[in-house]
Amino acid sequence: MIRNPRDIQRYNASERANHWIVGICFILLALSGLAFFHPAFFPLTQLFGSPTWARILHPYIGVVMAFFFLIMALRFARLNFIHKQDIEWLKRVGEMVNGDDHNMPEQGKYNGGQKVLFWGLVIGMLLITVSGVLMWRSWVAVPVGVVRAASVVHAGAAVFMIGLIIMHVYAAIWTRGTIRAMLYGTVTRAWAKQHHRVWYRQITGDKR
Amino acid sequence: MALQSLDIKRRSATTTPSPQVRQTLEVAKLIDVSACIGCKACQAACMEWNDIRDEVGTNVGVYDNPSDLTANQWTVMRFNEVETADGGLEWLIRKDGCMHCEDPGCLKACPAPGAIIQYSNGIVDFHEEHCIGCGYCITGCPFNVPRISKKDGKAYKCTLCSDRVAVGQAPACAKVCPTGAIQFGSKEKMKEYAETRITDLKERGFDNAGLYDPAGVGGTHVMYVLHHADQPGLYNGLPKDPAISPMVSVWKGVTKPLAMAALGAAALGSLFHYVMKGPNEVSKELEDEMEREDERLRAQEKEDVK
Ligand code: HEM
Ligand code: SF4
Repeated sequence: MIRNPRDIQRYNASERANHWIVGICFILLALSGLAFFHPAFFPLTQLFGSPTWARILHPYIGVVMAFFFLIMALRFARLNFIHKQDIEWLKRVGEMVNGDDHNMPEQGKYNGGQKVLFWGLVIGMLLITVSGVLMWRSWVAVPVGVVRAASVVHAGAAVFMIGLIIMHVYAAIWTRGTIRAMLYGTVTRAWAKQHHRVWYRQITGDKR
Repeated sequence: MALQSLDIKRRSATTTPSPQVRQTLEVAKLIDVSACIGCKACQAACMEWNDIRDEVGTNVGVYDNPSDLTANQWTVMRFNEVETADGGLEWLIRKDGCMHCEDPGCLKACPAPGAIIQYSNGIVDFHEEHCIGCGYCITGCPFNVPRISKKDGKAYKCTLCSDRVAVGQAPACAKVCPTGAIQFGSKEKMKEYAETRITDLKERGFDNAGLYDPAGVGGTHVMYVLHHADQPGLYNGLPKDPAISPMVSVWKGVTKPLAMAALGAAALGSLFHYVMKGPNEVSKELEDEMEREDERLRAQEKEDVK
């Protein structure tokens, strides 16, 4: 693909690396976690060498992910504050899903859906990290009642977040020209103008 | 355990029936607390038969030795000094260990297929070679029994000498008990025997004597005769109405298949959305607009160079 020098940078290298570290960790955690979640997925433990290895590695990968997610969330939080036009966007999300974005309100760097995803993941990460640490018998000893509650919270938060991530990944595939933003950082001006017009104007100074 | 593998009633993390064409006799161990003298012969026999040795510990000021169950100590005598209402003292000694629940919380919680199995005779056994060391059995157990070994990270507990029982022998502890406080046989026989003991105790003034075979876990295959069956807590905190915690039931119940169906629907729904609605592409007008602008800028650049 010939890259246009006038493409717009959406993410710098460090932001992209940060995102991929979190993403890789998340996928590994989801695969190993689901293996313990239901017997149907138990064979996934083989991806990690053995069932016991999957059990040993999962929490350590979790700690790495929690650390890098925290950094990423701090970087992106300010851009994800929810404003009036986001609520408006969310009210009309049905039209968007239906494939018609003509009447969608203009959006900044992130649209209402992306912001909801962001805060959903922040809450999910908080719950899953705290509960995961409480379940970590190799290092942590808490009363059994706490472990039981943590197990429920951990499994619930995992399902919630895997659901969000399925939507997140699908939205990136569905909206053509998006994945490159996380691969090499740029998007076309047309993409930016169509999907994030307010941001497009800020970046280019284009008043239209 | 080739033959025993035909007698499996339940297997952890397994959603299809286990080999169970044979139905063996439902067994139980009866521990008559009122006849226990606290000699710990059962503890010693357990160590000997199973060939496990705990590290020598320190005295914690009571007779309990070691002071708790460990991966190497599958039964422990718990000594309780209880003052009675009339100022007397009762020494209540309970042999602690796995209760071999009919509805075992450990097995329900275990995520590793075949790491915990329940034989058709009722014995709940850990198969350590399948154990992954997650500790979910501890989370699921209402009696705080399983222990993870520091040496190999696997969970261990009393097997009710499943190997001995399989060949028609009584568990090692029952075999050695010098007072007959530990009896072993069919669950039915043990209940009958317990009745005679309870009648005897009642005659001797223990009005609340009774059998501990808690219904909350479907009954157990290790039962106690207690002089104070109305207060099991006196016996080192034996739970009065043990049951699998509601938390564990929520965690391991129908929520799991439902959650999986929801995730599957999200993934499939996405695919079908793409197939039916098509991708969300940048509009042709915008692409053309940017194209024209690129052209214009390129032309301008050329001008500038000249
Ligand atoms: C800091 C982050 C995390 C920590 C410390 C952590 C820790 C744990 C621990 C200790 C277990 C028990 C099994 C084992 O010992 O390996 C577990 C299970 C699990 N984890 Fe995590 N985890 C974390 C993040 C995640 C994430 C991000 C996901 C999902 C994408 C996830 C999904 C699961 C699932 C589904 C289970 C099985 C729950 C069940 O048995 O129902 N975990 N986690
Ligand atoms: S007492 Fe605990 S370890 Fe023993 S069968 Fe019941 S739940 Fe399992």
